[in-house]
Amino acid sequence: MADMSLKKYEMPHQNAKVRSSNFKEVALGYTEETAMKEANRCLQCKHKPCVAGCPVNVQIPEFIKLIGEGDFEGACEKIKETNSLPAICGRVCPQESQCEQLCVRAKKGEAVGIGRLERFAADWFMENRQDNTECTIRNGKKVAVIGSGPAGLTCAGDLAKKGYEVTIFEAFHVPGGVLMYGIPEFRLPKALVQKEIESVKQLGVNIMTNMVIGKVLSLDELVEEGFEAIFIGSGAGLPSFLGIPGENLNGVYSANEFLTRINLMKAYKYPEADTPVRVTKNVAVVGGGNVAMDAARCAKRLGAENVYIVYRRSEEEMPARIEEVHHAKEEGIILKILSNPTRIIGTEDGWVKGMECIEMELGEPDASGRRRPVPKEGSEHVLEVETVIMAIGQSPNPLIKSTTPDLETQKWGGIIVNEDTGATSKEGVYAGGDAVTGAATVILAMGAGRKAATAIDEYLSR
Amino acid sequence: MYRIVKKRILNPTVKLMEVEAPYIAKKAEPGQFIMLRVSEDGERIPLTIADYDRQEGTVTIIFQEVGKTTRLLGELEQGDSILDFAGPLGVASHLGGYKKAAVIGGGLGTAIAYPQAKKLHELGAEVDVIAGFRDSSLIILEKELEQVSSRLFIATDDGSNGNKGFVTDVLDKLIKEGNQYDLVVAIGPLIMMKMVSLLTKPYGIKTIVSMNSVMIDGTGMCGGCRVTVGDQTKFSCVDGPDFDGHMVDFDEAMRRQTMYKGQEKQSLEAHICRLGGAFNG
Repeated sequence: MADMSLKKYEMPHQNAKVRSSNFKEVALGYTEETAMKEANRCLQCKHKPCVAGCPVNVQIPEFIKLIGEGDFEGACEKIKETNSLPAICGRVCPQESQCEQLCVRAKKGEAVGIGRLERFAADWFMENRQDNTECTIRNGKKVAVIGSGPAGLTCAGDLAKKGYEVTIFEAFHVPGGVLMYGIPEFRLPKALVQKEIESVKQLGVNIMTNMVIGKVLSLDELVEEGFEAIFIGSGAGLPSFLGIPGENLNGVYSANEFLTRINLMKAYKYPEADTPVRVTKNVAVVGGGNVAMDAARCAKRLGAENVYIVYRRSEEEMPARIEEVHHAKEEGIILKILSNPTRIIGTEDGWVKGMECIEMELGEPDASGRRRPVPKEGSEHVLEVETVIMAIGQSPNPLIKSTTPDLETQKWGGIIVNEDTGATSKEGVYAGGDAVTGAATVILAMGAGRKAATAIDEYLSR
Repeated sequence: MYRIVKKRILNPTVKLMEVEAPYIAKKAEPGQFIMLRVSEDGERIPLTIADYDRQEGTVTIIFQEVGKTTRLLGELEQGDSILDFAGPLGVASHLGGYKKAAVIGGGLGTAIAYPQAKKLHELGAEVDVIAGFRDSSLIILEKELEQVSSRLFIATDDGSNGNKGFVTDVLDKLIKEGNQYDLVVAIGPLIMMKMVSLLTKPYGIKTIVSMNSVMIDGTGMCGGCRVTVGDQTKFSCVDGPDFDGHMVDFDEAMRRQTMYKGQEKQSLEAHICRLGGAFNG
């Protein structure tokens, strides 16, 4: 008989006051006992609505059943059949709008804590078992994967399992892409990301770092080097700015730069790590997505007293996960909603001293279905800040496109693909993840990587 | 890991290294740069490619020991390896089609101006090289520059090589003497590139400068290297590093260069402390 309690079993968190000054993980994970209790809330539905909500089709009821039986190793192996990065997904997937949204339990009360259970199984495995995956026998066919973020890792892992000789080309000095440079340590510990990447390598995937494809080698040169198919998972690395006056003042960051300094280059450990980051008493983060929340919470942890999220619509319209907004507020981040920056004001020597904003009100719905924010005339006011972080979106990096004229892209840079296969306009070249969609989620990128791996396998088996 | 196959000390604080990086060597062109990292938890810094040998598979870098990372790099010896080395980044300089060029290097900038002079020379242009240094002990690459130039002028701020003056003085004199340059390439400190650009503007001589901005990735990701060119914001790493000197907002660039001054000094001092206080830079 299933446990019919309406709420999920609590997962312990670091106290908000304490955590807002450290970079340790916020959510602490279930114990074995709580995990088994939570697993018992699953009704083991025959029609498995949750699985349909998962871009990589994790066999959810099955792995939860194994947890309920205390077979944690089996549970993790079950997840790994379709998801090579479970510890990451358990932490950063927006389960509330995917698997958990479709959970029958959510009709009355809270959904089963699928994400928490996935995380539990993956963490348990990492702590208690060695990854002994044996390499599949190689079929001698070489595939190149560009980018080692969630899309690339998934595509590479799937292809290696099918016997292909896969090489991932990563531009940075460490693999992981946005998992390393974008998502902060306190949401996704980097040591854990590297462990999951290790298990992808165990499948036989070769990773070459410091290889900026589009510069050091073009796609055509990869073909000359013997790669029979290519997957582009180069992400959305190009930061957007608002184009308002004062954006080049000292103290204005793109969220990409701010987060990369802190996460990838470990500026939070400065001077122990060499890369500095400059955080002042008052910080404004412009934007309402997960990246904005991450930047704001990093700024707080680095000692900023007042951190504002400046967003032109209302809180309900924020694209960030509700949980992230909630965590940010708990940590003392101040939301300045219905507010839009008009210019950044500098001191005589060119450092930020304030940001002028105008109040907004919501008008008629726009193309996105959300009510369009309209400026209230004469409502300009100045927010006193010395640091401004622009978190208003990223678009795909043009480095590959610029050296591959026959690769078709959207005007805004997204690579054009066949939605079912990930095939691009160039024969044998596939793409997926943020490089195609613009900035989205880890799991959607993984889903795209998986789909492309299947299509590449079909293409090369022809 | 990228092995250092040759190391040369050019002056007390400037060193040259030939680094094994066959993929980069195959593609590198004058004007492009690499990003390197010397240690775990170390910074990523951009360095211009000073030369390359496609056959040997090596890339030459020349650097001045100004901060912690360049000092750590300088401590490496022939046979040691550099942890990370990525490139070639940035857009290669467009150097074809010129008849007579003046290539100007200021201090370490001379090392970066060298491949440009060499390329222009190979492409058949008449090349006058003007190199400026604080004093004669800092002069670098004199022999190399002689080989790729029609005429080489070396000026020192203090006159210790017998030719006192700034590079702008030399250029001004050459222009006034009637040398008809159709291109000026100026590489060095921002203030020098600004002065050269101001000088050539009234003459309408096309002037290319190379921006060495603060950056993290070098691939267009961070936007830290923003520079205003005309009325547009450009990224030095992917749109440059070469820009039209008459369009660059040098004052903004000089201001942006000071963003981490305090912290850079702190890092260096901490590093020197660990070394036992020997500081002769």
